[in-house]
Amino acid sequence: MYSTDLRTDKEKKSADQQILDDAELWDTFQARIDNGDTIEAKDAMPEKYRQTLTRQISQHAHSEIIGQLPEGNWVTRAPTLKRKLILLAKIQDEAGHGLYLYSAAETLGRSRDDMVADLLSGKAKYSTIFNYPTPTWADIGTIGWLVDGAAIVNQIPLCRCSYGPYARAMVRVCKEESFHQRQGYEIVTTLARGSAEQKAMAQDSLNRFWWPSLMMFGPSDSASTHSSQNMKWNIKRHSNDELRQRFIDATIPQAEFLGLTIPDPDLKWNEERGSYDHGDIDWDEFWAVIKDGGICGKDRIQARRAAAKDGVWVRAAAEAYAAKQSAKEQVA
Amino acid sequence: MSNNNWHLYEVFIRSKNGLAHKHAGSVHAQDAETAILSARDLYTRRGEASSLWIIKSSDIIASDPGEAGELYDPSDDKIYRHSTFYTVPDGVKNM
Ligand SMILES: [Fe+2]
Ligand SMILES: [Fe+2]
Ligand SMILES: [Fe+2]
Repeated sequence: MYSTDLRTDKEKKSADQQILDDAELWDTFQARIDNGDTIEAKDAMPEKYRQTLTRQISQHAHSEIIGQLPEGNWVTRAPTLKRKLILLAKIQDEAGHGLYLYSAAETLGRSRDDMVADLLSGKAKYSTIFNYPTPTWADIGTIGWLVDGAAIVNQIPLCRCSYGPYARAMVRVCKEESFHQRQGYEIVTTLARGSAEQKAMAQDSLNRFWWPSLMMFGPSDSASTHSSQNMKWNIKRHSNDELRQRFIDATIPQAEFLGLTIPDPDLKWNEERGSYDHGDIDWDEFWAVIKDGGICGKDRIQARRAAAKDGVWVRAAAEAYAAKQSAKEQVA
Repeated sequence: MSNNNWHLYEVFIRSKNGLAHKHAGSVHAQDAETAILSARDLYTRRGEASSLWIIKSSDIIASDPGEAGELYDPSDDKIYRHSTFYTVPDGVKNM
């Protein structure tokens, strides 16, 4: 997911080695968590907790910001004025999500400038889903339906995570996400009920985005060894596979309703579990996208770098204006 | 790219008259005027506000969470300050 730890084992290890935490603090802190306490910004916390959350929240923020780019691709070519206005509002929300999250991450002591610098340098990670291209209008529908849909499944439990500023940012984000998912499903519905060509376009988009959407929840539980501490600290409340299953079970009836086919021949209802069984996920593809950025990784970072550069004069003008105003005030 | 000299402002929203302002989050800005505009764009896109307060984060004076015990525990043992401490005789209906 936007917040899944995407660092290599080597990166994790070298970060861990720099942490000195005293055992007593770990114990009293754990007792607070077990007691159901919420941790606030100025509270004593283990360095490891601070570092884990800074990484997770900033990566979540980067994902929201980068997530604007695949959709921005269609603003000028939206099929109607209504769709264009909706898409603009949705993208503006994503910028807002990024800012809520940067501001939550900053409460842990790292500046937004530093976090953004890590994104621009390529050091920071963000969700792999945004490195897939959006060649058709149907992709805008599919992204809202599946990608925002998956984000909701992941983010709802985070509204009750142990770190107060993160939890409160998530409450705000979740309120806005349901509009995102519904507008996406409405686009897909319109296409699925349109001409044969339009329906084929919706199906093609589902074919391309289904598996990458499942990968958003992160590696399968059998392969991921790092979530137990986060569970103990109440940063993570459900395993990757549990959330993925929740998403699959919720989404399949929505696809069936539209007469679209999920591109997984192994998908079948499991009466005993009361859930769908699904085929194997291609984790090699997932790790490859993390490693080399997939199809769009380079473009995404280039676009952010260009935006930062093109905005220099705006920030300079704001600074000059503020300096002039305060000089005037001093004279007056 | 550096915004190092930009101020951090905390944002408080009154959702409607009659209610108190409540903390919403923060924004970075050069001056108060743009901070209000940024806060408007960021925190009130769906009619969340009838009024905004912003204050420089550095101007907030907060109690130390490390001293929470000394500061707030003394009120815990004065149970007679709560109405539930008192028994009302059975015959008295509303009090
Ligand atoms: Fe978002
Ligand atoms: Fe999100
Ligand atoms: Fe969204």
